[in-house]
Amino acid sequence: MKSVKVYGPGCKRCETTATMVKEAAEKLGIAVDVEKVTDPKAIALAGVMSTPGIAIDGKLVHTGGLPEAAKIEGWLRA
Amino acid sequence: MSTELPLSTPRHGWSWHLGVVAFLILWALIYQQLQPLSEGLTSLLPVERHSHTGEAIAFFLYDVPKVLFLLTLIVFAMGVVRSFFSPEKTRAALSGRREGVGNIMAAGLGVLTPFCSCSAVPLFLGFVSAGVPLGVTFSFLIAAPMVNEVALVLLFGLVGWPVALTYLGFGLAIAVVAGWVIGKLRLEGWLQDWVRDLHSGASSPATVTDTPLTLVDRYRQGITAVRDILAKVWLWVILGIGMGAVIHGYVPQELMARIMGADAWWSVPAAVVMGIPMYTNAAGVIPIVEALLGKGAALGTVLAFMMSVIALSLPEMIILRQVLTLRLIAVFIGVVASGILAVGFLFNLLF
Repeated sequence: MKSVKVYGPGCKRCETTATMVKEAAEKLGIAVDVEKVTDPKAIALAGVMSTPGIAIDGKLVHTGGLPEAAKIEGWLRA
Repeated sequence: MSTELPLSTPRHGWSWHLGVVAFLILWALIYQQLQPLSEGLTSLLPVERHSHTGEAIAFFLYDVPKVLFLLTLIVFAMGVVRSFFSPEKTRAALSGRREGVGNIMAAGLGVLTPFCSCSAVPLFLGFVSAGVPLGVTFSFLIAAPMVNEVALVLLFGLVGWPVALTYLGFGLAIAVVAGWVIGKLRLEGWLQDWVRDLHSGASSPATVTDTPLTLVDRYRQGITAVRDILAKVWLWVILGIGMGAVIHGYVPQELMARIMGADAWWSVPAAVVMGIPMYTNAAGVIPIVEALLGKGAALGTVLAFMMSVIALSLPEMIILRQVLTLRLIAVFIGVVASGILAVGFLFNLLF
């Protein structure tokens, strides 16, 4: 089970990103637990300055803008 | 970890470069023909060309494609340029920077760094926690929304380059000076308590390891920028220019000059106050600006209105309320509004 955190104040892009992560995981058959982090303090402490940000198992893999689906699959597989 | 496939193999690079060159040539060819095309279209309609309706329609048919063409080109170019910048690099450049130089750099970087107003709070926290002085952070936060390529393109396309350059210069000046003043006031104590406690700890967070971008990746980012921004502003451009066309064709010149002309001293503060609760992007406000200017409204008053609409917005204040106390927000509004007022009065005096 991979723990994925999507950092963002709850704008539309952040929602989309969370959905994209879930879809990618389903496609790859990887079990994930996707948590949306909306608290500004928690976002700042994670080192995310441009949202949405994605961390997988505690490691930040992406910040700023919608990620590409292919990249998400790459991060999940790694 | 970074095992993701490169998005494009170098082999395809040349076809991208050729594509971009072909696009630029095609762009220039069509852009030159816009005026005759729009006149041709207008003449097909069953209205007298020099009637009010004819004027309004010709204005609309020429300005809408012109603005959309200019936006496409400049937003693409800025998308490519911005791919060289990131909030993380900007923070590293600004942290521990002294006030003065720091304010100037922050205002400049505010224009070049990719920034979305929904990221304003995390960005603010990221800057302050890494030791970027408060005033320098504000210079960035003022410049980022106010001096943007959409505003500059629209001013250039609709009003001309002297006004666009003036806007650029004064927008940066306000960001530098307002940030510097806020820094001098030593208001760090007016941050929300937990923000002050954040000063330690978050300063060296794990950053994403970048894979170096190829030029093709940067083109892709430019295209993404065009798609995002045009999708957001096209309706505003059409509505705004439509509104502008109506003013252009119908509103009598004397009325506008009396309300917004240089003689009425109160017009500048009134424009600033009216602009604060209004929230639209540059695209929505600038066509109105053009039509107002064309009808004799004073340049300073109109620019003050535009800066106020873009730079001081209630939704943004509500977002920043999470990290700033009301007192600090009040100072922020006060300082920036004073800067805009000064620019408005100065312009009305000079021109």
